[in-house]
This record gives sequence, C-alpha cells and structure tokens, in this order.
Amino acid sequence: MELNRREILALSGGSIACFALGVSAVSTPALASATDERIKAFAGDAELREGRISLTAPEIAENGNTVPIEVKVESPMTKDDYVSEVMVLADGNPMPGVITFLFSPMSGEATATTRIRLATTQNVIAVAKMSNGSVFMEKKNVKVTIGGCGG
Amino acid sequence: MATAKPRVKLPDKATKGEVITIKTLVSHPMESGQRKDRKTGEKIPRMIINKFTATFNGQQVFGANIEPAVSANPYLEFTMKVEESGKFEFVWVDDAGTTYKTEKGIEVTG
Amino acid sequence: MISRREFLQVSVATGALLGTAGSGAWTALAARQGLMSEAELLAFPEFGNVTLVHLTDIHAQLKPIFFREPSINIGVGEAAGKPPHVTGKEFLELYKIEPGSPEAFALTYEDFAALAKTYGRMGGIDRIATVLKSIRADREGRVLFLDGGDTWQGSYTSLKTQGADMVEVMNHLEPDAMTAHWEFTFGIDRVREIVDNLPFAFLGQNIFDNEWDEPAFEAYKMFERGGSKIAVIGQAFPYLPIANPRWMFPKLSFGIREQNVQQNVDAARAAGADVVVLLSHNGFDVDRKLASRVTGIDVILTGHTHDAIPEPVIVDKTLLVASGSHGKFLSRLDLDVRDGQVKGYKYKLIPIFSDVITPDKSMTELVDKVRAPYEAELKTVVGKADTLLYRRGNFNGTFDDLICDALLSEREADIALSPGFRWGTSVLPGQDITVEDIYNATGMTYPAAYRSEMTGARLKEILEDVADNLFNPDPYYQQGGDMVRVGGMGYAIDVSQTIGNRISDMTLLKSGEPIDPQKTYIVAGWASVAEATEGPPIWDVVTSYIKRVGTVQGKPNQSVLVKA
Repeated sequence: MELNRREILALSGGSIACFALGVSAVSTPALASATDERIKAFAGDAELREGRISLTAPEIAENGNTVPIEVKVESPMTKDDYVSEVMVLADGNPMPGVITFLFSPMSGEATATTRIRLATTQNVIAVAKMSNGSVFMEKKNVKVTIGGCGG
Repeated sequence: MATAKPRVKLPDKATKGEVITIKTLVSHPMESGQRKDRKTGEKIPRMIINKFTATFNGQQVFGANIEPAVSANPYLEFTMKVEESGKFEFVWVDDAGTTYKTEKGIEVTG
Repeated sequence: MISRREFLQVSVATGALLGTAGSGAWTALAARQGLMSEAELLAFPEFGNVTLVHLTDIHAQLKPIFFREPSINIGVGEAAGKPPHVTGKEFLELYKIEPGSPEAFALTYEDFAALAKTYGRMGGIDRIATVLKSIRADREGRVLFLDGGDTWQGSYTSLKTQGADMVEVMNHLEPDAMTAHWEFTFGIDRVREIVDNLPFAFLGQNIFDNEWDEPAFEAYKMFERGGSKIAVIGQAFPYLPIANPRWMFPKLSFGIREQNVQQNVDAARAAGADVVVLLSHNGFDVDRKLASRVTGIDVILTGHTHDAIPEPVIVDKTLLVASGSHGKFLSRLDLDVRDGQVKGYKYKLIPIFSDVITPDKSMTELVDKVRAPYEAELKTVVGKADTLLYRRGNFNGTFDDLICDALLSEREADIALSPGFRWGTSVLPGQDITVEDIYNATGMTYPAAYRSEMTGARLKEILEDVADNLFNPDPYYQQGGDMVRVGGMGYAIDVSQTIGNRISDMTLLKSGEPIDPQKTYIVAGWASVAEATEGPPIWDVVTSYIKRVGTVQGKPNQSVLVKA
C-alpha cells in the first residue's frame, strides 16, 4: 500500500500510542492529612495495630476505573467478638474515601469484595474496627500503569 | 435520573451453619462529582449509590457506606452464616434518595 | 569445519530434587566434544515413569527459522546476575559451553551471523513432530505434551487464518493441554470458537469473568501417566488487559492471583495428584518468585519471556523449566514419581537443529497445505538485509531500528516508538527480506501505525512507565516485554532507580537538543492498545520503506546509554 502525502501527515485521532490512559492523568491527590483525618475520625483514640487484615488487590490494575479489592479480617465473628466495620481509603485519589463495610456476627466471616476507582498508583488502606473497639490497619500499593506493550 | 437494575447471586439451598457467599451488582453510572462536562466545562453533579444494606428475615447482616471512588455498577461480595430458611432483602439508596430493592429466599436444611 | 549433520552431544541434566543441580549438565557434554547424529540428539537414558514435554512461545513459526538470543537481558533485584539474566560469554562460561559450538549458536548471540551459516536454521514444526514421536515411542503411556501458549500469533499465515493454521497443526501434534497469551488478541469470540472445538484442555486458573468474578476457563486438569496422577494447572499471561488491548476481551480479568494458584494446588493434591505442574505464561522472574511463595508445585513449565536455559532452575522444591521460543527447543523432563512424590529428574533442552532432525513427513505435508494459499506472497522479496536483523535485547534490536526508521521516514515524524515485543525472527546479512520476514516481526491484530503529538513530559512518562514494567525489582510488577524501542531520540537509563527517576538525558537526535518537557513532538508508533487507533498497518509502512531504500544497512544503535 502506498500512502499519499495527506495520509502521511495526518494525525491519528483518538487516544494515542501504545499507551492508553485508563483514567485522567490530571487529578490532584488529596492531601496526606485528609487520609490521616479520616483514619483518626474512624479509629478515635484507639491505637492502630498491625495484623489480622489481609487486603487483596492486583499488583497492577488492569483498569484504573474498576480495581477489585478484597478485605478479609481474622475474627471468630461471634456475638461477643466480631469485626464491626472496615473502612477502605485510597490515599492518591482526589478524595481518600472509598467504602466502609458494615459487618455483623451473622456475617460468619469478615470478608468483603468490591471494585474501586484509582486515579494513579497509590496505597489502598483498610482499617478494621473490632466489637471491642480495637483497630487494625493494612495497606497495599496498587500500580496504575499507562499501559505497556509487553510480550 | 439514574436507573439502577439490581442483580444478586446466592445459593438456593444451604445447610444450617454454612457460610454462604452473596454477590450483588447494580447497574449505575456512579457519577463522582469530579468530572467536568467537555463542552460546557462545568462540573457534572455527583449522583452515586451511597448506601447498601442486606437484611435477612428483617435483621441487617451486612451493609456498606459507599463513596464516589467505588466503580460504576457497584459490585459487592460478602458472606453470611445461615441458621434458618428465610428471605434476603437487598437495598441500594442513591444521592436522590431513590431506593432500589431486590429479594431472594434461601432454604436451609439440616 | 564439521559437517552440518555432525553436532556435539547435548547432554542430560540430572539430579535429585534436594541436591543442587549445579551448572554441570551441559558441562559434561561440552567437555566430551563428541560428534553426533539425530539419534544422539534425541538420546535420553531410561529414567522414571513420567515424561513432560514442553513447547512454548512458538509464535506461529511452522518452518525452521533463525532467532538470535539477546545480548542484553538485565535482571534486577534478586534476579540480578541469575539465569535467564546471563548472556553471551558469561552464559557460555556458566554452562561450560564451547564458544562456536552448536549449543553456543542455539543459546547465545555470540558470532550469531557467522555460526548461523555453519549450523543452519532451527525449529520447524515437522522436526518437532519427529522429536515428539520419538519420545512417545520411547515412553509409551508416560508422556504429557504441554503447550505454554503464544502459539497462534506471530506469522503472516496465522494472521490471515486467525490462528487456524496453528490450531490445525497443533491438533496434529496432540498436546494434552495449553495456556495462552497472544491467543486472546484474536478477540474473545475467536478464542471461544477455537477452544470450544479444541480436542485438548485450554487451561487458565487466573482467567476470570470481570462481572461476577467467576472462573472463565478450566483451572487445571488431572492426567494419569505411568501410573501417576499429574495435575496440570494453567496460568495465562497475567497482564493481558494491560499489555494487550483490553477491548478485545472486555469481560475478562487476569492477574497473577497467587492465592488462587495455592488453592488450585491444594485442590489438586486433595484430589490425589502425585505431581503438580504449573503450565505458566507468567515469565521467568514471576515464576521464580511464585515458586518461592506457593507450596506444593513440583514443576513450573515457564514461558512468555522466551528464555532458553539448559538446566532446570530449582527454587525450594520446585523445578523451573525454560524452553526458549519460536520452536528452537523442545524440553523433555523425565520424572521418577513414587509414593506421591517426585524423587528425581532428568532433563534435556533439545535443540531443534533443522538440518539434523529429519522432518516428519505427515507434518511437512500439513505445513505445506496450510501455507499453500499464501506461499507466493510469503516468498515475495521486498529488499535485502546488509546486516543482521534481529529483535531481542532489553533496549533495542536491529529489526526494531528498521521499524523505527520506517516510521520516522514514512510518517515524517520527529520520534518513533516501537513496542518491546520479544517475538520475531532474524534475517542474516546478505539475505533477502521477504513479506514473511516482515510479518514475522509485525504480524498481529492491532497494527495501526499512528502519528500523533506528544509533549516531552508525556514521552518521559511513557519511558518511565515501560521501564518500570521491565525493571521493577519486584517480579510481580514486571510484564515481561522489553523496553519500548525509540527512534529519533536518545536517552540514558539507570535501571536501579525507581519509577520516575530511571530516564534522563532525553535528546532529539536530529537536532542534538535536549527534549523539552513543554514542547510538542510528532511521534509515530504502532501497536497501540487503545481502541480505534488510526493509521496504516505497520507492515505497509515497513514494506514501503524497505522498497525505497532497497538494502537495509543497520548501524550500531548507540542512542540508549545504560548506566550501571
């Protein structure tokens, strides 16, 4: 096929390159303090402890508009000892709030899955509050790539 | 105004004491309030599902407070330990106060 | 000079699982310096009761080809300096391979063009058929033949037939299972159509529907061979929706899904598996990490990153096999399985020297049949190569230099970008460049050569992003391609840095001026993952350029400065 001059010089429409942006590159992350404030408001005076939470998310998001995350908290989930709430935050989004799961002893397990929007590579944070008021926290970094061309 | 069509997946039958998995989806654009109209440059107003509850025989077993960072067509998967036969009711509420509901029964044996 | 049909012995790596294999396997043979025939190339001592035969990343190459292995393949983090990140002389020293030997030609880039004239082409599905037949005759009822994927894509005929040529040929070889990557770039409907009629298992434990998060394909299959139960778990390329166009399979989600691998291993063991095999398209470094974290996998048949390693790499109790690409090699792994355990192994990476191994007649006929409608077009000469054209290498390859030159020239661009694919065959100095050669380097389903405007800042962002896909020290963040090839622009890279800090000194070559982050440049490229990318197919751009220049004169590419 021979290209004519007009075709040679035409600019391609649509999004470009090997590299399709999943989400807008121009979004201003929330101030770090906004994330901290949300955690503080959730946890109150309780100390933030490590452990008990497993946070599953893809290493690299397939699509920043819909990133699956699963939170699982170790707990007997009985009437006297259960996970009451898990708050999920994303510290690189314009607003850090994502979702708060509300569990009950009838949940059987403190496990929940949803799909979230991540504007850029950032930490997903899960903060779990137990029925006795103790609070646990876990983080996972999720990479939002502009799209490679591997293979 | 947004229209939402809820769908749920859970087993028809279970044995007493079993922890079952419940999957829910509701079609909804989840307009975040962050986007701008390309033509006018004005912000598109926020319109999201902000609350979800799952009740079993009238008692809340699971819920979620939802913010704009949840994806369009919100998906929620969670569990419940079933002790008796009964009926689930799932309710989604959006920013306009509109509610979307669906119900499903489960038969528990043993 | 030795005759074309006399080659050095290729020996068998042997070992107990708990002992270190060491790098002594090819040692013995290289030391022996014996000459050999087809029979010797296929020779394998009687051992054990189960044989795994692994073919991967053939990229639709039905005929014998030339394929130069990389000179630069940098490992980062824990993989630094370990196979497969050992090339050239260091590779020869590590495996005690004589420079200039057939193994040196097969496994490294050293003196490639010269040795190619001595040892000839490698691969050819009819030669592979002969080897497979011989193994099956030797090990009746004990053989599992497994295809690691990237089978249906990479040639003119596979593109024109949407993979039908490869499906027909592979069906004739009767694999027991396969997994996939580029297969999905024919679109989900085509994949479903083929898989629904496939007479063997199509496995992918990490392929899920993205609406209800349920498995979209079979995760594993149990086989019985030599009195043992063998579970084969499939692992498709984890980053398909990122590295390839997501819109071609919009309802699927992939990912590594390590926990799910463990669950499937446990399920297979609970179902009575004596041996658990992961048929993987993760890429070698990802599999090395996976092997250290998932328990209960006996063998990982690795793929995707196109590494050929003459001995298994052992991680804890897992054997990692790397069988090369483009049909150059077939792996044979014999296992001694007793009391539900692998007690020992013998392994041989069988080099498919096309002049040594007799083609299987029925397969030759089949290949001729599937190629017949296209034969005239395939043979059409477009130009000539004055220097070696090859693709592999972390930063550039002469075939990609050619593609970038074509993009710069034919689309009148300042800068050209060509993806860091690892598939594509080599053309020797003095050889004609045919239509087949061009499609071997470009044949795929999203070939549009775009012409676009990008700021200097955007170009930096792209280079940083791709570099992190290659050089992130955590293998789970690596996508397994090479660095995007750049024409018209030079840059420096420090692979040890983090994302955003690896790339520096970006320079527009035609002016010698630094790239201005604010300034807009005309960029031409191809293989965009974005839907509805506009532009002529890349093979037309390359063809038009080669026709104009006649003879392609490659120059050493010094536009990328790699900082240690």
